[in-house]
Amino acid sequence: MIKKEWMTVLSQKSIAKNIYELTLEGELVQEMNEPGRFVHLKVNGQMMPLLRRPISIASIDQANSRFTMIYRAEGEGTKLLAEKKAGDTVDVLGPLGNGFPIEEAQPGETAILVGGGIGVPPLYELSKRLNERGVKTIHVLGFQSANVAFYMEKFSELGETYAATVDGTLGTKGFVTDAIHQYNLQADILYSCGPVSMLKALEGLHLTKKGFISLEERMGCGIGACFACVCHTQNDPTGTEYRKVCSDGPVFPIGEVAL
Amino acid sequence: MSRLQTKLPGLTLKNPIMPASGCFGFGREFSGLYDLSVLGAIMIKATTEEPRFGNPTPRVAETPGGMLNAIGLQNPGLEKVVGNEIPWLSQFDVPIIANVAGSQVEDYVEVARTISKSEYVQALELNISCPNVKTGGIAFGTVPETAKHLTKKVKEVSDVPVYVKLSPNVSNIVEMAKAVEDGGADGLTMINTLLGMRIDLKTGKPILANRTGGLSGPAIKPVAIRMIYEVSQQTTLPIIGMGGISTVEDILEFYMAGASAVAVGTANFANPFICPELIEELDAYLIEHNIDHISDLTGRSWNKDGKRTYHCS
Ligand SMILES: Cc1cc2nc3c(=O)[nH]c(=O)nc-3n(C[C@H](O)[C@H](O)[C@H](O)COP(=O)(O)OP(=O)(O)OC[C@H]3O[C@@H](n4cnc5c(N)ncnc54)[C@H](O)[C@@H]3O)c2cc1C
Ligand SMILES: Cc1cc2nc3c(=O)[nH]c(=O)nc-3n(C[C@H](O)[C@H](O)[C@H](O)COP(=O)(O)O)c2cc1C
Ligand code: FES
Repeated sequence: MIKKEWMTVLSQKSIAKNIYELTLEGELVQEMNEPGRFVHLKVNGQMMPLLRRPISIASIDQANSRFTMIYRAEGEGTKLLAEKKAGDTVDVLGPLGNGFPIEEAQPGETAILVGGGIGVPPLYELSKRLNERGVKTIHVLGFQSANVAFYMEKFSELGETYAATVDGTLGTKGFVTDAIHQYNLQADILYSCGPVSMLKALEGLHLTKKGFISLEERMGCGIGACFACVCHTQNDPTGTEYRKVCSDGPVFPIGEVAL
Repeated sequence: MSRLQTKLPGLTLKNPIMPASGCFGFGREFSGLYDLSVLGAIMIKATTEEPRFGNPTPRVAETPGGMLNAIGLQNPGLEKVVGNEIPWLSQFDVPIIANVAGSQVEDYVEVARTISKSEYVQALELNISCPNVKTGGIAFGTVPETAKHLTKKVKEVSDVPVYVKLSPNVSNIVEMAKAVEDGGADGLTMINTLLGMRIDLKTGKPILANRTGGLSGPAIKPVAIRMIYEVSQQTTLPIIGMGGISTVEDILEFYMAGASAVAVGTANFANPFICPELIEELDAYLIEHNIDHISDLTGRSWNKDGKRTYHCS
């Protein structure tokens, strides 16, 4: 169920340049049942910034009623969020959307998890759950540069982990697809989150039979009521058929929505 | 909560607070958050004759104290709205106000005729003020004669009272209000969004794919207040006021300007529970301040004896 709660900041730290790891505590965590869903945050109680900010759930600790997000402080809202300290409260609406279906990967199979930039965070909880299920995970994480890369070690604890950076300061120089080629990575199922250009390139690779991608779109309500976040489907790319990223997604099977 | 009971043409409202069109879909999503029966009414998303996909994304952009939207009237079309959405919504004890849109007079007439025959629809809101579609929409809302003609045509076929939604993108709002009053409107809803634009500094291009969009939220409240203040003194039509409402104080200001009910749009995004919260808070405010009825405040800013200015028997 979707709830709204003032959750308490347990910790916030900078883990790379302009990248923050924020852990919140509250009852809402009990509703978080699936990796890949997101929360909609109001960073202050004021009229500026007016809208909530969608941020993915990066890891869930239900036993302690905590969850963690990783985000880039970039614009007005996320910069204000970065100022929050332990003990402060944040207005959280969630959990929203549909996450990555882990049951699509069978125990013993290999899943390749491909993330780009701030698309990496939701893959962390996903990887933990796949591993619990007995699915082997390979991670390919793309960043602009080494100074904005994060969680390489944490992912490494869960499975093989490769990095690609645009400037070559970490891992393969280039994009995630370059790393996939370089190491000739193979898997049964793909899960991915990142910029549309990356998702498109991955779709074109036909690396696996099955795949799921998570999209980003500017949002109003975040719950499916305002039609801000709509995209076309591949079946009907110029017609009236649509999916809402916030409530039908953000995760879709590869081939469902037009990128 | 009898202090809040409000009668308007075609509408008997438990309270005068309702979600504004386009900010609440057809109610399905919000019904998972709270019981929609607590609302005064629901203004459903604009309906056009044929299904519409709307504009390319990005469709929204934030602004200081507000937001721009260029949804482009996305909706599943008349048949599905009348066949599925409205009957579904009728399970709640809440009046439905159907927002009617089109690009030519015939479209509006067709939608109005069919949708007003739905047994569950209590009133129409004629959207002559959408800034986000290429044809129709705002054109009908900026030329008084055109607005009057359209209102008349729609009135001829509608089985329920017709409220006309005014655009603030005009230099003389009173003239528009009088034109639709002449055309036979039963009430006014105001204001729709103000045309605006934002540019992305990184790309040097407009943020919205549609380039321009409609500005809503607290930033437009003073414009709405001024327009309702002017119009309410010059017509006898009841006004459902909207534009930036997010607090009880905002609602009081709209009433004092001349509104007889209010709608909440953008604020539903920041706080999806805003409507039920405002309903409770408004009632508590009236009790605390010994105000017998919310309508006692209507037009207080210009009506010296503070009497009710609008009665519907
Ligand atoms: C489902 C989903 C999950 C996300 N998960 C994460 C995450 O885990 N970590 C992370 O760092 N970022 C994530 N993002 C992107 C994040 O929402 C934006 O970076 C953030 O909203 C920008 O806000 P701002 O205050 O920095 O920017 P501003 O420029 O002040 O934002 C202005 C407006 O534009 C919107 N906006 C700007 N950029 C984006 C964007 N890329 N996507 C969507 N809306 C945008 C804002 O929400 C706001 O409404 C996610 C986005 C979506 C849709
Ligand atoms: C995302 C969005 C969609 C809207 N869609 C419609 C619509 O379909 N029909 C309509 O008459 N008004 C529409 N509006 C305008 C609102 O109903 C309202 O008149 C306006 O936003 C001002 O109120 P607010 O500041 O409380 O949002 C829309 C507004 C927003 C923000
Ligand atoms: S953000 Fe409102 S429908 Fe998706």
